[in-house]
Amino acid sequence: MSKVVLTVDDSKTIREMLRAALTDAGHTVLQAEDGVHGTEVLANAGMVDVIITDINMPRMDGYGFIGHVRSSPVHRATPILVLTTESEPAKKQRAKDAGATGWIVKPFDPAKLLAAVRRVAP
Amino acid sequence: MDPMESIKITYFEECAELLVAMEEGLIAMENGEADDEIINAVFRAVHSIKGGGGAFGFEALVSFAHIFETVLDRIRSGELVPEPDVIKCLLRAGDLISDHVNAARSGSDAGIDDEEVKDELRELSGEASEEAGADDFEGLDFAPMQFDLGESGPEVKAESVWSIHFAPHASLYSKANEPYLILRELAVLGDMAVEADLSRLPPLSLLEPEEAYIAWNIVLRGDITRTAIEEAFEFAAEDCDLVIELLPPDNDELPALPQLPDLPEPVYPAVPDLPASGLADAMPAAVAVSDALKSPEQQKDATAETAQKSAASQSIRVDLDKVDRLVNLAGELVITQAMLAQSVQEAGLRSTSKLGAGLVEFEHLLRELQESVMAIRTQPVKSVFQRMPRLVRELAVQTGKQVRLVVEGESTEVDKTVIDRIGEPLTHMIRNAIDHGLEPTEARIAAGKPAEGTVTLSAEHRSGRIVIEIADDGAGINRVRVRDKAIEKGLIPASAVLSDEETDNLIFMPGFSTASTISNISGRGVGMDVVRRSIVELGGRISIVSTPGSGSRFVLTLPLTLAVLDGMVVAVGDQTYVLPLSHIIESMKLGKSDIHSYGREWELLDVRGSFVPVVRIGNLLGIEGSCHKDANGVAILVESESTGRFAVIVDAILGQRQVVIKSFENNYRHIEGVAAATILGNGRVALILDIDGLALLRRAQRESATPVELKATGS
Amino acid sequence: MEEINKTAKEGRRQFITFCSSGQEFAADIMTIREIRGWTPTTPLPNAPDHVRGVINLRGVVLPVVDMRARLGHGITETNAKHVIVVVKIAERVIGLLVDAVSDIITPDIDEIQASPDLTRDAESDFVEGIVVVDEKMITILNMGHLMDSLREHAAPGTLVA
Repeated sequence: MSKVVLTVDDSKTIREMLRAALTDAGHTVLQAEDGVHGTEVLANAGMVDVIITDINMPRMDGYGFIGHVRSSPVHRATPILVLTTESEPAKKQRAKDAGATGWIVKPFDPAKLLAAVRRVAP
Repeated sequence: MDPMESIKITYFEECAELLVAMEEGLIAMENGEADDEIINAVFRAVHSIKGGGGAFGFEALVSFAHIFETVLDRIRSGELVPEPDVIKCLLRAGDLISDHVNAARSGSDAGIDDEEVKDELRELSGEASEEAGADDFEGLDFAPMQFDLGESGPEVKAESVWSIHFAPHASLYSKANEPYLILRELAVLGDMAVEADLSRLPPLSLLEPEEAYIAWNIVLRGDITRTAIEEAFEFAAEDCDLVIELLPPDNDELPALPQLPDLPEPVYPAVPDLPASGLADAMPAAVAVSDALKSPEQQKDATAETAQKSAASQSIRVDLDKVDRLVNLAGELVITQAMLAQSVQEAGLRSTSKLGAGLVEFEHLLRELQESVMAIRTQPVKSVFQRMPRLVRELAVQTGKQVRLVVEGESTEVDKTVIDRIGEPLTHMIRNAIDHGLEPTEARIAAGKPAEGTVTLSAEHRSGRIVIEIADDGAGINRVRVRDKAIEKGLIPASAVLSDEETDNLIFMPGFSTASTISNISGRGVGMDVVRRSIVELGGRISIVSTPGSGSRFVLTLPLTLAVLDGMVVAVGDQTYVLPLSHIIESMKLGKSDIHSYGREWELLDVRGSFVPVVRIGNLLGIEGSCHKDANGVAILVESESTGRFAVIVDAILGQRQVVIKSFENNYRHIEGVAAATILGNGRVALILDIDGLALLRRAQRESATPVELKATGS
Repeated sequence: MEEINKTAKEGRRQFITFCSSGQEFAADIMTIREIRGWTPTTPLPNAPDHVRGVINLRGVVLPVVDMRARLGHGITETNAKHVIVVVKIAERVIGLLVDAVSDIITPDIDEIQASPDLTRDAESDFVEGIVVVDEKMITILNMGHLMDSLREHAAPGTLVA
């Protein structure tokens, strides 16, 4: 099933890796470079199926972005996966508390990424 | 290209940008100018380098970045105060991470000696032992979401039957988790039977739409480990009551639970009884589903909009060849326009005519077009300047001197070729400034100067040229020693009378080196003559201003662009040449008795009482019909980088104009005395002369004692 | 050069023939970009006689080699009838001043003979072979070598600074 996935990350490398893996699996990918950009893309794009977001970003970080999505009447039910590393349990918890649906541990391989998307997207 | 390879290229490009941001941030921290956002930016830079590096398996890089990042995170959160010592360590770590990135790019992700700095960082990170760091790093490799479907856990062999009680909390839905999807994951693991527990469901009038009332009892049968089940609930575990029990193995029959009709597809089996109850609790999620199923057109629009947005805030990378092609075409246009204008003039049309006026307007537009195109080739000099702080830090350690580098005008834009080729000369001059220019700390204190020496690197636009300066507040040039050295090396006669300026300029002479002991910093066999040569090759000039006791300043003057040149067009015999205006000091009509013979080989021109050597271009280049009667000639006083001032004798000055530089070396080869060619308004090729080359050619002509054979025979 | 080899595999190569100082020459058609009338050149200082100078070929500064002088028969007295054969190999372009372009020939590759040993010297290094067409002997030129010789042939006036 093809999904529309919004990826929010300030690292072009990560954005491109996400895009490669997701488009390979037939998903449509939207990209944003930070939280503020993410909210703009969401406002323009309307509904997306899944959001994948980084935590550490300029202008608006991942927590702020998750908070924004969860408080939006339109997008609050959109699943959000955060990108974390295994060494950041506190960040994962904080993201979860902010309303993240799940997480993807970097470095990720495409199979794990797609599994995570499948687990949160109808 | 393999997509991973192309992403790897992106990664290294991004690393280059991140390293710049990191370096800038660290320097701002060093200067005490860092606010939270800057510290955050440094953290993010290191974090992103680590993140991408992990994806490509650059272990040494990731391991180093990790510990570095940990320290930065502590500073960010206020746990660690960035005292000067801490910042020193961070700067060194910054240099090392840059080394790591380089090593990874060149394919040798190892061999960087980072242990010492790593230890320092570890101390700052609060992770005292090496083990702590190593463990943490190993954690990065650990894959927490592994689905080892085919593999059973050690304690459970073969077929097992699990009973699962799953009662979501409201928070599970508010975080957009969906029981249906969790059940779908479970169904992949084996045969599954599900029963909804509706016992807590209140009467409709009391029902809170966002509360969670429904629970599920699940029986799962198959070759399944507990871990696999827990993984399915991983995202939801905190937001539900979950009980997972292994049923006794002999409990083969499961009469208590209704059997599922059938589960045809093991990958995405629908859970039949779910939609009715599950969606009631998860209305918002259902909305998301239907809305997301919009037409491909709508989705495309959205993508296009996003693309537009990013385009507005980003720059694009363009192949340099494409830019150069554009530069060339713009140059062609200018030439064609000049030819047109000339034809119009020859046809006797006045410039006030409609055609004439149109051509003038055309010329304006073309100039603007040409300038805009040239501007594409320019880049901020920052990319070169940013390499210098590290150099200075390393030199400070090597020399034991305290050095502060002040950088100004980083955003000054210069031609890409200059950017590519100015790095080495600058590096050399900064080495010189620290190694030879600045005094040892004790000497500075003794002289009443601050212990810390200052090296200033600056760039600015000044009257159509780029001026780069390297200044130090050291002892200045030791003229006595320079002079002695020059005499010892046979560069000047012992009796030579030189002005201070002339003495200072001796350091640019080939084969000159002032260091009485060759240090391993500056004494690399490259002298200031090589530096000067590289600057001249870029169409620039270098000069030095030195004040004993208070320091030296090297001034580099470079052209804005290397594609056009301001030239003076001159006639010599039946030929037309272009002389670079940047080398011309003045021109003068020759009088009968201005030129005096000097020895057998030379003539000198009397310029208001000072005598400069004469170079007759007609003779030197073997041009027929060049006028030899001085009374009709013009002397152009030029300054050569290597041999000082001399006078070039030509027949007439035809005018000044900007010419497009055309190289012909690729089609032919280098010709001494000729820098390049250009195409004039009449479509003919004119050679652009190289003042330095002419000087060398003239000197060689004298040394060979016979006139250079100008027309060689072909055999 | 790739194209040449490809054609060579098919057993036939096409050549443009031209004459200079009474001799017939041929150059592989794949190396010829265009043929244009003579225009006066801008002489290059300290160049050998056979390098007549440079001309503007639509913005490219094109060195022109006088074939007659290159063969040691003296400089061509040019008039409007002379032609410049523009040769391009890889990214290098030069012009060859000849008296006239005559024909296009397609000899069988076996018909091309090597130049006789006795006639070989450094100066004829750019000769690839000889072919006879309609009882006329035609010298086939190796344009790559001719171009290279421009670089190697440092003029006596060239100085090392």
